[in-house]
Amino acid sequence: MFYREAGDFKTSYAEDNQTFPIVFDRYRYYFVLAIGFGIIPFFITDYMANAIMIPFLIYAIAAIGLNILTGYCGQVSLGTGGFMAVGAYASYKLMTSFPGMDMAIVILLSGIVTAMVGVAFGLPSLRIKGFYLAVATLAAQFFLVWMFNKVPWFYNYSASGQISAPERTSFGFAVTGPSADIWAKYLFCAVFVFVLAWMARNLTRGSVGRQWMAIRDMDIAAEIIGVNPLKAKLTAFAASSFYVGVAGALLFTVYLGAAEVGEAFGIQKSFLVLFMVIIGGLGSIFGSFAGAAFMVLLPVLLRNFMTGTLGWESAIATHFEFVIVGLLIMFFLIVEPHGLARLWSLAKEKLRLWPFPH
Amino acid sequence: MNEQLVFAMEVTINGLMTGVMYALVALGFVLIFKASGIFNYAQGVMALFAAMTLVGIQEGRIPFSHLINELFGTDLHHFGWHVPALLAIFLTSLVMIAFAYLVQRFVFRHLVGQEPIILFMATIGLAYFLEGVSDLMWGSEVRTLDVGLPQGINLAIDEYTFGIFDYGFFIDNLDIAATIIAAILVAGLIAFAQYTKQGRAMRAVADDHQAALSVGIKLNYVWVLVWSLAGIVALVAGIMWGSKSGVQFSLSLIALKALPVLMLGGFTSIPGAIVGGLIIGVGEALFEFSIGPMIGGATENWFAYVLALIFLVFRPQGLFGEKIIERV
Repeated sequence: MFYREAGDFKTSYAEDNQTFPIVFDRYRYYFVLAIGFGIIPFFITDYMANAIMIPFLIYAIAAIGLNILTGYCGQVSLGTGGFMAVGAYASYKLMTSFPGMDMAIVILLSGIVTAMVGVAFGLPSLRIKGFYLAVATLAAQFFLVWMFNKVPWFYNYSASGQISAPERTSFGFAVTGPSADIWAKYLFCAVFVFVLAWMARNLTRGSVGRQWMAIRDMDIAAEIIGVNPLKAKLTAFAASSFYVGVAGALLFTVYLGAAEVGEAFGIQKSFLVLFMVIIGGLGSIFGSFAGAAFMVLLPVLLRNFMTGTLGWESAIATHFEFVIVGLLIMFFLIVEPHGLARLWSLAKEKLRLWPFPH
Repeated sequence: MNEQLVFAMEVTINGLMTGVMYALVALGFVLIFKASGIFNYAQGVMALFAAMTLVGIQEGRIPFSHLINELFGTDLHHFGWHVPALLAIFLTSLVMIAFAYLVQRFVFRHLVGQEPIILFMATIGLAYFLEGVSDLMWGSEVRTLDVGLPQGINLAIDEYTFGIFDYGFFIDNLDIAATIIAAILVAGLIAFAQYTKQGRAMRAVADDHQAALSVGIKLNYVWVLVWSLAGIVALVAGIMWGSKSGVQFSLSLIALKALPVLMLGGFTSIPGAIVGGLIIGVGEALFEFSIGPMIGGATENWFAYVLALIFLVFRPQGLFGEKIIERV
């Protein structure tokens, strides 16, 4: 009916190559943007922002980052937590060393620092493949967390070993610290999400993204047709770590405010982001959003249901949460190994033919 | 004799003992990976679950008592009997075998032919699930596990080394027992794989699924068998680690210790798991002893990984792993 490419004539290559070739999709995209930037900031409440929206936005960035590496380039990484820690500590050092610096620049620089660390830990990927690489990235995870725990320079010699974000501004509005307005925090994250997702989408359909996908599908064949594996793998590690670093910096500065490295950026975080990518769908930007939304919403809903509606004590609710998350992951992998993104695209396929499927 | 050298010797011996424990966990990984290509992240949680179940059965706890109390307002906790250690171990083995069957029946049978990474994810899901179930079943408090293994310092070694070096080595009886049991277990597994019909079927499946299927080996049966064996290895590992430091959540993290062992030894080799375990055990003990104090200690968290990483750059399939041959 309304979801058709028929009748929508493209008259230039640019139009033909656009991200959303179907008119309805394009308007849906503008609609989501309008709500995200035009409506939510005016009505957002503290609870909604802190429990759902801000973690969702931040984890969406991390999930896009991991999806670039794992979904597009096929290099499995379990070091996401460690790289998020690099972003967080880089932003902390920058915030305390240059108090006048705009937060947007701090976050971007933290991303760049993380990208460099990511490239260093990505170097072994040229020799090591598959599971061996997945386990090797754990080296990054454990080493980085240990380093941020043990080297006092990183936490400015504070007695507790914790880092806490001082109040800093972006374009004149406070976005970190306890007195920052919630709408400013939300918008700050939302702008990053929008720009980074847009960038990722265009990276992955350009020549760089095609190289990544060629490496993922079969690295030897890719090398034979002229893809440089060194360049492709390292750019994937750099781009992925940049995103993950930005997510880590935002998580620490805007969302948590104070962090202890082992707790905030431990191996659990690596798995959480990995679950988002798997459940959302490998190799899909939309999937990263869907997975992040799912994994952020699920515990909130479960907890509200079990402690709120059923009135169980919180320890049992936590244990049940583990059981349910575990079951859901196995269920998803059995029923739809390509994640929510595949379900979404199947639905769209169906919608194109609806209401005359033959 | 130089004092530092004597200390280093003691550290080395203790490192070897720890290495045996690592190897024990790594062994469970190798068994499943060889036969089904599944990289079983849940092995550590399986050890936790097995140890929890063992303690629960021994002390006569009622499974899921917390949950039942919460739902029905009752106050259940113990059956009021004590089960002897050997019988409890036997019953726990049965539980692990039942668990193996359920995992195979409800999860991995539906995932045959999927990519390895998907299978790996599924085992992470399994680990979460099992962790939650274990807490719901037996509670999440720290439990002490005592199945009658000797504990405490070994006085004979202490006196003997004191006679030689003027310094008595501190070697835990439990570590010695663990080493002996691990050796018996490995010998038993190798004998099982070499000389029994089931073992031969297992090796055939490990070699080539389709060829094994075409000569009439039941894949499902072999996979349940392998998961059961891994469950029993997990039980043994759980008993060792549980007697050493109590049965608690951190037990499931030994899986993370076993991963670098596997990388070093190669994912497909039983001798590799043992040699890798010993290298990692000694390496990390010596590194913590010699370099650790200079850079802030607690290096054992990452040393094994970095060692394995550096090693892999030069030999990507590990020490004893099958050579990786790639074709287009």
